[in-house]
Amino acid sequence: MNYADLFRVTLPETVLEAAALVVLLVDLGLLRGAAQQVRRAVAALVGVAGCGAAYGALQFEGRAGLSFDGSTLLAAGGFAQVAQSGILLLTALTLLLVIDSDLRRHAGEYVAVLLMAASGGLLIAAAQDLLVIFIGLELLSLGLYILTAFAKNSGKSAEAALKYYLFGGMSAAFLLFGFSYFYGLGGTTSIAGIELAISRSGPSPLLYVAWILVVAGLGFKVAAVPFHLWAPDAYEGAPAPAAAFIASVSKVASFALLVTLSLNWLMPGVSLAGAGSALEQLARQYSQTWPRLATILLVVATASILWGNLAALVQVSVRRLLAYSAIAHAGYILLGIATVRAYTGEGSALAFYAAAAAPAARSAGAVLYYVLTYGLTTIGAFGVVAVVEQATGSDRMDAFMGLHKRNPLLAAILLVLFLSLAGIPPLVGFWAKFNLFAAVLGVSAGVVPFALVALAVAMSAVSLYYYLQVLKRAYVMAAVEETPLVARPVSLAVLLAIAAAVLLLGCFPALLQNWIGSFVPTL
Amino acid sequence: MLAWTIYLSFAGALVLALLPKDKPAWARWVALMVAVAGLALAVAGFAAGMGQGRMIIIDLPWVPSMGIHYLLADDGISRVLVLLTGLAAVAGILFSWNVDHRAFSGDAEHRTNEFFAFFLALIGGVYGVFLSFDLFLLFVFYEIAIVPKYFLIAIWGSTRREYGAMKLALYSFAGSAMVLIGLLAAYTTSGSHSTSLIALGAAHFPVGFQMWCFPLVFVGFAILAGMWPLHTWAPTGHVAAPTAASMLLAGVVMKLGAYGCLRVGIGLFPQGLDPWGFSFLGVGSWRDVFAILAVVGIVYGALVALVQSDFKFIIGYSSVSHMGFVLLGLMTLNQIGMDGAVLQMFSHGILAGLLFAIVCRIVYDRTHARELAQLETMHVAKRLPFAAWAFVIAGMASIGMPGFSGFVAEFQVLVGAWMVNPWWVAVAGVGIVVGVAYTWRALQRGFFSDAPPPSAHVLEQEQGHPLEAITWPEVTGVALLVGASLWVGLYPRILLGSIEPAVKALLAGGGR
Repeated sequence: MNYADLFRVTLPETVLEAAALVVLLVDLGLLRGAAQQVRRAVAALVGVAGCGAAYGALQFEGRAGLSFDGSTLLAAGGFAQVAQSGILLLTALTLLLVIDSDLRRHAGEYVAVLLMAASGGLLIAAAQDLLVIFIGLELLSLGLYILTAFAKNSGKSAEAALKYYLFGGMSAAFLLFGFSYFYGLGGTTSIAGIELAISRSGPSPLLYVAWILVVAGLGFKVAAVPFHLWAPDAYEGAPAPAAAFIASVSKVASFALLVTLSLNWLMPGVSLAGAGSALEQLARQYSQTWPRLATILLVVATASILWGNLAALVQVSVRRLLAYSAIAHAGYILLGIATVRAYTGEGSALAFYAAAAAPAARSAGAVLYYVLTYGLTTIGAFGVVAVVEQATGSDRMDAFMGLHKRNPLLAAILLVLFLSLAGIPPLVGFWAKFNLFAAVLGVSAGVVPFALVALAVAMSAVSLYYYLQVLKRAYVMAAVEETPLVARPVSLAVLLAIAAAVLLLGCFPALLQNWIGSFVPTL
Repeated sequence: MLAWTIYLSFAGALVLALLPKDKPAWARWVALMVAVAGLALAVAGFAAGMGQGRMIIIDLPWVPSMGIHYLLADDGISRVLVLLTGLAAVAGILFSWNVDHRAFSGDAEHRTNEFFAFFLALIGGVYGVFLSFDLFLLFVFYEIAIVPKYFLIAIWGSTRREYGAMKLALYSFAGSAMVLIGLLAAYTTSGSHSTSLIALGAAHFPVGFQMWCFPLVFVGFAILAGMWPLHTWAPTGHVAAPTAASMLLAGVVMKLGAYGCLRVGIGLFPQGLDPWGFSFLGVGSWRDVFAILAVVGIVYGALVALVQSDFKFIIGYSSVSHMGFVLLGLMTLNQIGMDGAVLQMFSHGILAGLLFAIVCRIVYDRTHARELAQLETMHVAKRLPFAAWAFVIAGMASIGMPGFSGFVAEFQVLVGAWMVNPWWVAVAGVGIVVGVAYTWRALQRGFFSDAPPPSAHVLEQEQGHPLEAITWPEVTGVALLVGASLWVGLYPRILLGSIEPAVKALLAGGGR
């Protein structure tokens, strides 16, 4: 490694951090006397420009990645680049929603913290080393705690942030503890190195303990049952752009990390190829050690699908409803991560894993497809909630009554986004689900994966009920108040663009798939 | 050409959604023109397809990495059902012509344009299902058709509209979830990397797989076809819906389910109907199971219709009974029975629409009474002779009087069923007899009773306020539907000539 390499590979992160500093400089240096509206707009636009520049930097960094002592620290290209591009786009959309938010003070700091958190997300998405993962996670999480607490005169915001922070600190401790076991077992912090070392030494009870600790830490990040308790409160109390950011960017980054772990640990990773002579033996040892770890993820996924959907049925606050629906969606995505093909001991283990590589990559692609489109949709959903909240002061379902009359365009956007979340064609949410479930069955068509996919499909039929509860108020029930509900122009334009994207990507599902495929040649 | 029925309907829906809210007349005319154009295309497509087999309309790769194609095609069965959809769409719009769309939604403003926008979106989805020959395209259109139904009923419906609409939506989605699971399984199992019905039909799934996937997919679709005991959404949904939506529900949406059973269930998994190899109480295959459920549905629907006091429920349950004939016809798996099933889809689509139109639009909107006990005292036949005689004709057609479409269809189903198991016919025959009874009862009590009004005051009111005269859209609509039924009843060859080769191809393609 040399420092030029380091700079080249972390250029996007560096650009984001620099943009954060520019935002602070401009806001605090030049715009102290300006109106809040102006300060928000300038800060957000500088931030969006930073995201754009970082996206440009992403194209420059090449496909080499960053290595130290022969082990990769940061990947470049491939799935990492897909996730990073997604993170930058979703961050930019969130920033645009900040312009019209009702943030009264410290717009510059808000945007700067958001950008720094996003750079943490970029790190996680590319990380191939436990230490880098942890640094990225902390960078992201600390930003999120601050963003959640940002509505300073709202008790709910403070409560949400404290809960989020306490749970987050605890889960970070679990994660670090688990990582320390992995380091102890593998003698290295490199993900691929750990895979190789533990495959050689064989399974040990400590491995399972370590993995459970890691799952607890990451389960918190993606809000999977039973580590989800913070989510409804954080979604409810946080300022709307912060909630949108937690629900989208943070999700994308965490699932990108899970994809990395799953491709290396749960499915045969790159390390198998570089292991030298005793390949077949190693592959057999691999099959007896790692794939078993997936079981715990399957349990978590099932619990999330069930509990997320069932608990959402009784919510009256739309933000809490979105939180439980996020838990359910996390469950679907975890199915894609946790399904692995089991080697039965017949035939060559190497040939088996060579054949399993393509479906595994397809499944990883489907996971990213899902989480990116989900992030896009959920930012839009929070945008609509924010507009309604600004006008009515409430995020209760009843605040949406008569929306079709008070603002027909906003109601139409809500219709598109919620139906997409429910998985109704021809919206993108349907294709994401279908693509994911087909990929899961492509990896393993055994009884258990099939039963879980069947459960997921059945539960997404259940989910329609609660999405329809909101749409029913918007379209069916008579309005209590009939005054027009005004959405500010930038918000409306962003939301319209998101809804149009959800519809277009749904009508032409191959677009996004080809785009992801362009980064991963094996797809 | 037929593909334009889909695009036209969706474009119409979009235009209607953007029309100004305070111009209901514009909305009506736009909707009518779109529907008439759709019907014209359907007729032209039907005429052009006469004597032809399956014709590919368009075949574009849609999601190449998963082998999904945008594949539209039509065969004899599709063309007949597209024709039905065109007729039902035009009739539905005619019968909601002067309806005040404020009446039930509790709003101060007209939402006529929204009503017709949802209506045409539904129609577009239905056209799409009948023309799709790619499994996933079919599923996409199938789901597109479900969502507008919810809003049509929940916004503009009447009795317990929110309950009826939600029940219908959840039943529909439960069904489509079953279908989706089946499709995912079929897609993964086939290994052909294609979702075209033509390719999957040739995939020859393992018999064991077909044995469990067939009932899953069949039941998923049959929920929407009103199969007993999963029919309960149908009566509540029909009753809650506004006139045009009731007509569409009974007229075409239930056909979507039956069509899915035929095209996907029987078309892809024919061996799922083979005997299990053992028999339990005389039931030895899924075919027996579903045939028995169909027969039970025929009798049960008829018996329940016999004791209803609400006119709309009578027709709602009669739909369950008549759709039983479709399912029974499908389970015969022989040429004549399945021809009859498809013909019955067409026939019931026309007649159920007509019955709903008469009861809801012509009678209820004027008298504001649907209870037989109330109608008895209103002497509807004297005050609305047109309605009474239209109902007489529709009722006769519906109970299977020769000369109308219902007779040809049900007769063929029964002949086909007799060849398989005469007991089915014996029980279904009871259903027909009860069908005559409930129709007669409804006719007598609803229209021709001469019970005295409850008080002289009411009588005075009746004489002082004559009911609103029958309007031209109503006359046109009744003429259109009666004409279609009569035409098919007197000259069934015109549809059967199209249905028979398609059914033959389907039966042959299934490896039987």
